[in-house]
Amino acid sequence: MKSMMMKSGLLAAAAVLALTAGVSADPVDEQLVIDGQEMITRAKAPEGHPFDEVLSGWLYREAETRKLEEDSFDNPGMLSVEEGEEIWNTVEGTAGKSCASCHDDAADTMAGIAANYPKWDPDAKRPINIELQINKCREENMGAEPYAFDKSGQKELTAYIKHQSLGDPVSVDLSQGEMQQWWERGKDVYYTRTGQLNLSCASCHEQNNGNYIRADHLSQGQVNGFPTYRLKTGLTSLHNRFRGCVRDTRAEIPKAFSDDLMALETYVTWRGTGLSVETPSVRQ
Amino acid sequence: MRRWTTLAVAASVSMLATSAFAADVPPKEVAFGDDGVTASLTGTPGDPKHGAEVFKSRKLGNCLACHANEEMSGELFHGTVGPALDGVADRYDEGYLRAIVVNAKAIFTEETVMPGFYSLDLGADVAEEFQGKTILSAQDVEDVVAYLETLKE
Ligand code: HEC
Ligand code: HEC
Ligand code: HEC
Repeated sequence: MKSMMMKSGLLAAAAVLALTAGVSADPVDEQLVIDGQEMITRAKAPEGHPFDEVLSGWLYREAETRKLEEDSFDNPGMLSVEEGEEIWNTVEGTAGKSCASCHDDAADTMAGIAANYPKWDPDAKRPINIELQINKCREENMGAEPYAFDKSGQKELTAYIKHQSLGDPVSVDLSQGEMQQWWERGKDVYYTRTGQLNLSCASCHEQNNGNYIRADHLSQGQVNGFPTYRLKTGLTSLHNRFRGCVRDTRAEIPKAFSDDLMALETYVTWRGTGLSVETPSVRQ
Repeated sequence: MRRWTTLAVAASVSMLATSAFAADVPPKEVAFGDDGVTASLTGTPGDPKHGAEVFKSRKLGNCLACHANEEMSGELFHGTVGPALDGVADRYDEGYLRAIVVNAKAIFTEETVMPGFYSLDLGADVAEEFQGKTILSAQDVEDVVAYLETLKE
């Protein structure tokens, strides 16, 4: 009798173990292939990086979410990319031009371009991302108003342009202009604890990636899939995501495209060096 | 006469409020000793039932965001950022539990990601609505500590 009890005790222990294994928090060991093209979701980290390996957020998502990204027809973000394509071909502004008037077919002229953003903008003397480059062309080349943050198709057009780099490894050139100083500043922002909850980006995405925070499986907080299609909120821009993460620490929300967030974009993009551009990625 | 009663009532209500407030140890004056924070922050015994609410609620402690707790297995989604709190009262005395909740940084290391729930040692750029405020009230802390005290194995 006694040994029976011992056994069932052991069995119970084994069952608990199995259960724990079921909610295992490790990123999955799978290959992301989008329409037959292999994505790099694990890359050797660049020198000076706190990790050995950088991992795409895709590896941390649930199976159903991961699957949605594997096929363009299933990926709800592709509808936004198509809207972006329409905007690309639409004439606007006093010069009577569309993006296509000067840049022709984005599949040729924009291929691989966004994988190297943010870049140094010698005119503005600060880093420029795709959203701000769109506004620059609208103002200087089209005689059109710049888009307000997240408005009027900014996300869709950005997604369309970034999608032309699908699969290309992210790489930012820190030797241009003052990119290195902006990288340093972005690093400060990344490690600064903010808000009433007193947390930094690193508290969640460096110290705790792989862990669950309530329902959320924490990833490395990589930016290679932005704009990303979030199951909760639809197409979501990078600066919207940054603002959301800062807000969750109960801190003042920084302005989109502010110096702090451009520095952060520069630094966090570098933290994902070598990962494929996945735009539009699917996340929860 | 009517006037007088109203005034008297108002006076006693405000006295009550002041005395309850005055009894709370302000965040900056909480005394940390070798056994943690042994004195109650309010003088009013903690209510473990409300403490369980503080533990669960996203608006209050949201302890479940980071800690699993077998006893609350009916609640969806337990975090894994911190250790599971099953049997935590066997591991720590009340004074230590109170100290951990008041200001985890004083007990673990500065590096801990556990917020200080009754501390004004906050991060940068605190949003206006939270400035100068602790995450939990003194009584919420007492209540959640009383709840933790029930977690024995
Ligand atoms: C009148 C011609 C003209 C129009 C119209 C125009 N652009 Fe440009 N665009 C340029 C020129 C010239 C450059 C390169 C110099 C510069 O960066 O300003 C450029 C650069 C770019 C770049 C950066 C390419 C790189 O190699 O980094 C992007 C992205 C871009 N444009 C997108 C757009 C989009 C999107 C639109 C429509 C909203 C648009 N452009 C409309 C002329 C134009
Ligand atoms: C309290 C924890 C927390 C903090 C602090 C935090 N984040 Fe996040 N972040 C999350 C959660 C949860 C998610 C969604 C799950 C995931 O991908 O980690 C997320 C997602 C992201 C993503 C999207 C990842 C993807 O694959 O699409 C980025 C980028 C990101 N965070 C950047 C940041 C930056 C930059 C900071 C600092 C300003 C920051 N986060 C601070 C919790 C946090
Ligand atoms: C943002 C995540 C986070 C939240 C929210 C959080 N904790 Fe913690 N907690 C931790 C971490 C991490 C540790 C482990 C200490 C360390 O290594 O820094 C910890 C440790 C503890 C411990 C010690 C456990 C042991 O066995 O050593 C107790 C008790 C505790 N927390 C209680 C609470 C209570 C009560 C709340 C809610 C009022 C809470 N925590 C909210 C992250 C958190």
